[in-house]
Amino acid sequence: MKAKAPRFTRRLLAPVVVTLLALLVTACKGSGEGSGEKATATTGDVSLNGAGATFPYPLYSKWMSEYNKQNPNVKINYQSIGSGGGIRQILAGTVDFGASDAPMSDDEMKKAPRTLHHIPATLGGVAITYNLDGVKDLKLSPEALAGIYLGTITKWNDAKIAETNDGVTLPDQGITVAYRSDGSGTTAVFSDYLAKVSSDWKDKVGVGKSLKWPKGLGAKGNEGVTGQVKTTKGAVGYVELAYAITSNLEVAALKNKAGEFVKPSIDAITAAAAGEALPESLTTSITDSPGKGAYPISSYSYLLVYEDTKDTTKGEALAKFMWWAIHDGQKLAADLHYAPLPDAVVKQVETRLKQLKSGEKKLLP
Amino acid sequence: MPEASTTAITRKPPRWLPWLGGKSNPGDAVFRGASRFFALLVVALLLAMAYEMARASTASFKEFGWGFIISREWDPVAEQFGALPFIYGTVVSSLVALFIAVPVALGIAIYLSELAPLWLRKPVGFLVELLAAVPSVVYGLWGIFVLAPLMAQTIEPALRKTLGFLPLFSGPNQGFGMLSGGLVLAIMILPTISSVSREVLQAVPNNLREGATALGATRWEVVRVGVLPYARSGLVGAIILGLGRALGETMAITMLIGNRPEISASLFAPSYTMASVIANEFTEATADVHLAALAEIAFLLFAVTLLLNIIARLLVWQVSRNEAKGGR
Repeated sequence: MKAKAPRFTRRLLAPVVVTLLALLVTACKGSGEGSGEKATATTGDVSLNGAGATFPYPLYSKWMSEYNKQNPNVKINYQSIGSGGGIRQILAGTVDFGASDAPMSDDEMKKAPRTLHHIPATLGGVAITYNLDGVKDLKLSPEALAGIYLGTITKWNDAKIAETNDGVTLPDQGITVAYRSDGSGTTAVFSDYLAKVSSDWKDKVGVGKSLKWPKGLGAKGNEGVTGQVKTTKGAVGYVELAYAITSNLEVAALKNKAGEFVKPSIDAITAAAAGEALPESLTTSITDSPGKGAYPISSYSYLLVYEDTKDTTKGEALAKFMWWAIHDGQKLAADLHYAPLPDAVVKQVETRLKQLKSGEKKLLP
Repeated sequence: MPEASTTAITRKPPRWLPWLGGKSNPGDAVFRGASRFFALLVVALLLAMAYEMARASTASFKEFGWGFIISREWDPVAEQFGALPFIYGTVVSSLVALFIAVPVALGIAIYLSELAPLWLRKPVGFLVELLAAVPSVVYGLWGIFVLAPLMAQTIEPALRKTLGFLPLFSGPNQGFGMLSGGLVLAIMILPTISSVSREVLQAVPNNLREGATALGATRWEVVRVGVLPYARSGLVGAIILGLGRALGETMAITMLIGNRPEISASLFAPSYTMASVIANEFTEATADVHLAALAEIAFLLFAVTLLLNIIARLLVWQVSRNEAKGGR
């Protein structure tokens, strides 16, 4: 038996190798033919590549599959590698569009070879979640939230928390603070809000995707923060709204600029966007928005595209997709817990999309 | 047949043969050349990686110099970076993991190769090795939802009660920190150390066991006098393998260590490892200095791993030299 084995394998080896080679050759030939077809046919398939933010990924991937159903010749791929990676890739020109939760900084914009536009695509919010026995519908003032994260408020029965929670018995329990240890747009939006409402936060910590936290434990991702909050009595953390809704977390109502206590919801986030005028750059921070009924920790998420696209076919397909996304696409947002853009914003984005061009040719009629 | 073989010998070897390091037989030469190529490929890959990381970290090195290694500051907003808390976190969490895992792993290995009934050895050994097949994110999630509450509510209070006079076991028990991180690492390196150790112990010649038994040694004495000294350098090798895995582990420990770049005497306090900070911040880092600082952390992780490996090798060398002198 032993002596036979190698002969058997050798006999087997040749056909296997031949089959593999044959497969390889046909595979190469196939893709070669495909690209040849594309070059000759004018109404061929278009495939677009994008990369960036992870936060809007569920919505974007829904958009892309829906859009592909309606326009079978357009295939859009999106890699959710993070906003930082999205910005780097669109600057390097390795993708057709990028995506970012926070607008690009001036330094980053300077690195762009051509005019780069931010296209607001959807809205998201950051929910404050907590774990406190017997306390439902916690209300927090901006001062209390900043104090908790700065480490100046260390107990749940602190006067700053008690004054906004009449009739609630708050336990004499230490507060365990959880934050996102991985760099994220969620952290950027959260710290942007705290910097607006607390000068101490602005001076000592600042705004960014990764921070030097004065207090607390770092957890990886929304699931990590949720895990820490769920398993630790007296814990508080912040997560994306979509995540908070789908995992049934206890969320706090926050006092907005108009003085109302608002729980995070899709309507409250759209209200925040409607309450803040969008400048010509189409980028703005809508945290601590003055709008009525606005949830204070909300933000836009952007697509990043060049004004001038060299490849006309690709440019047209991308412009049409974005047009679809800000109209029909918005109707898909609420189901996935993203907030639709306010009408005024859609009008402004329409104007911007009509400016997109390829050389002299405008991409949209 | 003999004729054919003589012609084969008198046939002149091809001209490229010496270039491949061969002398007479082309098959040998090709084999030697190919295997040498593969060996050198690994070395080249390693050097290329080190070079690439050094190149990527120049901006950070220019900005902070050698102070980067001893600075405790890590502030991405103010763009101030220092590596000391991460180096500390990586080294200490790995040592905690070894401290917990090595006795258990060696116990498993000795039991399975020396003491366990034959029918039990295979299945238990297989189950231990199966631990290595669990993805690290699963360990991490298990850590968050099972281990961390258990640590916070039961194990850490008990440790504080009995050993609280040591600074190691003081401070608030939050469940997320150095001890939890080290514990999950220990579970992850356990199968590596125990399965390699078991192989090493099984390779010990049986006549050593028989000899010791013949001299009237008990089971324990056979293991202590006959088996362990012979296997010592192999066992150290197994531990080094485990250490390597502990140093580089990212996902599970990130989910449990608390991710605070601070140095604290207490094992209950949160900490941060080099691999964790890279995994956490690299994807969203856009500032050049921030990226360079993370690359420098990667380079330092490389250096720390190398250093610890060298120390371990020296240890093995020391042990085997003593043996040669008759220290057994």
